[in-house]
Amino acid sequence: MSRHTLSVLVENKPGVLARVAGLFSRRGFNIESLAVGETEYPHISRMTIVVAVDELPLEQVTKQLNKLVNVIKIVELDPVASVQRELLLVKVRADATVRTQVLETVQLFRAKVVDVAPEAVTVEATGTADKLDALLRMLEPYGVREMVRSGMVALGRGARSITASAVR
Amino acid sequence: MTSANARPAPAPAPAGPARPKPAPPTGAPVQVTGAQSLVRSLEEVGCEVVFGIPGGTILPAYDPLLDSRKVRHVLVRHEQGAGHAATGYAQATGRVGVCMATSGPGATNLVTPLADANMDSVPVVAITGQQTRGLIGTDAFQEADICGITQPVTKHNFLVTDPADIPRTIAEAFHLASTGRPGPVLVDIPKDVLQETTSFAWPPEMKLPGYRPTSRPHGKQVREAARMISAARRPVLYVGGGVLKAEAVAQLRDLVDLTGIPVVTTLMARGAFPDSHPLHLGMPGMHGTVSAVTAMQRADLLIALGARFDDRVTGRLSSFAPEAQVIHADIDPAEISKNRRADVPIVGDCREVIVDLLDALRDEFDHGGRADLAPWRAQVANWQQRFPLGYEWPADGTLSPQYVIERIGALVGPDAVYTAGVGQHQMWAAQFIRYESPRSWINSGGLGTMGYAVPAAMGAKMGRPDTEVWAIDGDGCFQMTNQELATCAIEGIPIKVAVINNGNLGMVRQWQSLFYSERYSNTDLGTHKHRIPDFVQLGEALGCAAFRCESREEVDATITSALEINDRPVVLDFVVGKDAQVWPMIGPGAGNDEVQAARGIRPDFDESDV
Repeated sequence: MSRHTLSVLVENKPGVLARVAGLFSRRGFNIESLAVGETEYPHISRMTIVVAVDELPLEQVTKQLNKLVNVIKIVELDPVASVQRELLLVKVRADATVRTQVLETVQLFRAKVVDVAPEAVTVEATGTADKLDALLRMLEPYGVREMVRSGMVALGRGARSITASAVR
Repeated sequence: MTSANARPAPAPAPAGPARPKPAPPTGAPVQVTGAQSLVRSLEEVGCEVVFGIPGGTILPAYDPLLDSRKVRHVLVRHEQGAGHAATGYAQATGRVGVCMATSGPGATNLVTPLADANMDSVPVVAITGQQTRGLIGTDAFQEADICGITQPVTKHNFLVTDPADIPRTIAEAFHLASTGRPGPVLVDIPKDVLQETTSFAWPPEMKLPGYRPTSRPHGKQVREAARMISAARRPVLYVGGGVLKAEAVAQLRDLVDLTGIPVVTTLMARGAFPDSHPLHLGMPGMHGTVSAVTAMQRADLLIALGARFDDRVTGRLSSFAPEAQVIHADIDPAEISKNRRADVPIVGDCREVIVDLLDALRDEFDHGGRADLAPWRAQVANWQQRFPLGYEWPADGTLSPQYVIERIGALVGPDAVYTAGVGQHQMWAAQFIRYESPRSWINSGGLGTMGYAVPAAMGAKMGRPDTEVWAIDGDGCFQMTNQELATCAIEGIPIKVAVINNGNLGMVRQWQSLFYSERYSNTDLGTHKHRIPDFVQLGEALGCAAFRCESREEVDATITSALEINDRPVVLDFVVGKDAQVWPMIGPGAGNDEVQAARGIRPDFDESDV
């Protein structure tokens, strides 16, 4: 099975997320990550959905998604032709003895410390899933207290806009 | 209007006390309640009948409904009956069927008919009351998240939160239900939204940016299909319910006349092509004719029109029609290549597809020539002749259910509408009644809903009051929904119900006979042994004329006497043998090459069979 990133424009209405999520589960497809937010048009939201499926089931899930009345447009984003980013917040144990080393790692990954406490720091990082995985591997030895990942968001490269063509 | 008064005959606009109603010019907004807005919207959208039951939260809607001169409400006895009646109405007329229920249990009782309509792509709009906006989410009395519950079984649903949205939502619901691939749409309206004052204007502007069904087929695909058809030596037209939905029956006839290709009609498409036509092989699938099943298995080309390669048609998918290329035309792109990969996919309305295909084929035949189908037609005719549908009389001397159904078809004729429940009687009704015209056969194909026949017949009769409507039912099915006969008796809907009473859940019993060593676990209903219920007494109690028939000699007379009664519904209790089975049959999980013409009997195909 291969990983696919679907960028789905939907009407910004209550219940749409449940319709999309429900469709995936009842047709037996597993969502790896899902991120939703408003677009530049307040009445349209964009869902970035990462699924691990083969080509044929992907075609079926895309067609089924297209049948949802609130779904306006679906584009599969090729990783090469798109910018894909995820946000990570991670709280790492960092007392005086290891703080310098933790901060060094944070700097290496061009991450940021966004909160400091005597025993821990909270680090914010963005990047591809691979980069965030690598950062986490480096931070794990110090002790990860808790963490959260946003799920991937993505936009196609170049000047083209899928929302602009969808609202036309 | 009240429903307690008996009506002599169904009429869309009943004579009620004329109340003056202001009639402002079209388009100009008027002040109304949400409930009035709902009823006005239903009138504007052309709804002539609503099947339903009032209750707490939908109460406000029932008040202006009392005044409507255009919308007749039929008070049913159970919401499931309302839903199936709406489906039967839609299937018989091609118009949108409408049902109405209150919140909570009223709404959840609609779930089965909505799922049924969803599987069979039937245009239905359900309107449900909902708890007051402020109470939603608090587990209030008779609150159910019906939008959440019906999401997987409807084409779409709406929760109306602003009374100003009512006209637009009703317009959108009817548009969604009836266009593209038809299906059920539910509109959930909180009680306070119905009570609030709002403005009404018609027509409203629909806002469905994500809904753009494709009806025009792609020319390149159609030409490719024409090329493939002209070259095929063993083609079969695999006709599904989409042909009926698209009103493409005449075009299909032209296509067959032009090409001379043999036709099979699925359970949902019976009536889409006349059974009397020599190129019609009948129904394919698990209980299809040997010739239909075998023709598809040996075909080099399947032309699927509005069919969806359902497992009941294909049997084991990997061995289905192994030599066939596939042209698949359907209005729903998600059906194409869902189960069987299509070599030529065509997304579009079946009528438009066939019309374009006819042009492309004439062109192809003129310029590219065509394969000689005479040997194939001869082969197919040979199978038809050698393996016709048939049945044997029960050895114990009881009445043959197939004979009863065959005689109903013969005496009532092809101009009637037949509905069925689900099970053996349904399959026999699909096999032994000859269908000649569209919308003459109405059944629950996809969901397989027992109890469908009586309420569906009620809806069909409301839609086509001048047509004879017969429900072919089983004794199991009949006991699930017979309460609607009270509705039929009181509202003046004189349907006929033929209960094929074999005392058992017959199809389940057949499977127990074949696959569970004749261990009959919980299939004897006691309708023979104890005569509980007595269907004649039950029918009479429900306000129907009722007769019992137990022997071959009485069959014709019983049917004829029912045909003479038109002032009330009729129940016929045909007491038939319990051991009769539906044949041909392809066992569960088996490939279609393993079709058995009768129990343990494989068709003896000979060397000359392709």
